[in-house]
Amino acid sequence: MTFAGMTFAEIWTGYLWPLIIMVAQSVLLLVILLVAVAYILLADRKIWAAVQIRRGPNVVGPWGLFQSFADLLKFVLKEPIIPAGANKGVFILAPLVSCVLALAAWAVIPTAAGWVIADINVGVLYIFAISSLGVYGIIMAGWASNSKYPFLAALRSAAQMVSYEVSIGFVIITVLLCVGSLNLSAIVEAQNTRFGLLGWYWLPLLPMFVVFFVSALAETNRPPFDLVEAESELVAGFMVEYGSTPYMMFMLGEYVAIATMCAMATILFLGGWLPPVPVAPFTWVPGVIWFTLKALFMFFLFAMAKAIVPRYRYDQLMRLGWKVFLPLSLAMVVIVAAVLQFAGLAPK
Amino acid sequence: MNGILTSYLPLVIFIAIATVIGLVLLIVPFIVAFQQPDPEKLSAYECGFDAFDDARMKFDVRFYLVAILFIIFDLEVSFLFPWAVAFGKLGTAGFWSMMVFLGVLTIGFIYEWKKGALEWD
Repeated sequence: MTFAGMTFAEIWTGYLWPLIIMVAQSVLLLVILLVAVAYILLADRKIWAAVQIRRGPNVVGPWGLFQSFADLLKFVLKEPIIPAGANKGVFILAPLVSCVLALAAWAVIPTAAGWVIADINVGVLYIFAISSLGVYGIIMAGWASNSKYPFLAALRSAAQMVSYEVSIGFVIITVLLCVGSLNLSAIVEAQNTRFGLLGWYWLPLLPMFVVFFVSALAETNRPPFDLVEAESELVAGFMVEYGSTPYMMFMLGEYVAIATMCAMATILFLGGWLPPVPVAPFTWVPGVIWFTLKALFMFFLFAMAKAIVPRYRYDQLMRLGWKVFLPLSLAMVVIVAAVLQFAGLAPK
Repeated sequence: MNGILTSYLPLVIFIAIATVIGLVLLIVPFIVAFQQPDPEKLSAYECGFDAFDDARMKFDVRFYLVAILFIIFDLEVSFLFPWAVAFGKLGTAGFWSMMVFLGVLTIGFIYEWKKGALEWD
């Protein structure tokens, strides 16, 4: 039996089997990611509760471990509402856009050496593009709802996200200057020095690490920058008109985006899957464990910022983005480039 | 399979599977959940009142200004990407030409700052 000049065995080994492997890898990563998001959501609530000396969710399962799954069930059984005045197509599409774009970023994130769905050479550019598109979900939701609160919240959110997108761009440029590659695995490997955790970029690029962390909070609409859904003024922000799983998909997208930001901080500044001390007992531990631990540490910082920092005012938020972070990160691009140029440290 | 296909096909498959998961989550409550819509339930939320007017109203021009400034600076960042990747191979001329470009941009940034385009109060 032949097809286009190839036997079935050739098609199987050349096309079908690699295809099955790719599908299996994608499904595996998505399942792990969604379960991980269910638990970081629980961790977020637990940390928030602990800071306020409460117990947090503790009824569903031992220590409330199944809380997120109970929430999923509840969302699925809730009545979905599409307001009469809404643009129905865009209204339904918006949560899908938010959720799928947030998930799509994970296709290029390496969780250990070689453990990545698509090891593309423009990985950083892809992440940058996907996170820029994320604002569309919010704009679509705010406009299509045809209600005042979502509309105002969507405007605020769009302005906030694009403002901090710029400084994140400059931060990524400083890392790229030190690495000389857009491949995320190459960025991690460039931090593989004999100094261990002192050779990771958080130390030489410390101001940029701080700017990245704060910008990541603003980019994902996390407290203290959650003006999009400032409860006292805009109720639930652009999600006011949503209920049932469409609402849940916005929350899912938000938490997946937070996980992406934690992973990006880990890759750009905390050496990805590299062990903190490059000697025997630490190098035996699989890379994915180090990656997970570092990403969870970043998430812990996100959760602590939510629990202890009071909310910003909108003019303060815009001032911080445009008048502090933008000049600072622009200056750092020049400084890093100059140091690499005149000290002869630029990667060849 | 050849090079470009093995790098980018997994990406397409991953996004496709993510879309399927999203669609399933989105559609399930429309099938399984109990639905009983009425005009009050389907009206836009406005703190218990009926909506006074259409929500697509005038808004502050500063949002528009932020969008324009974003385009300028984001475009600049996308110019910097190839420069940063090839930095080691460009030598002194590459370094100084980008410094001149950033200098021009900084002058523009100072101008818009002085003009008050970044004020929000």
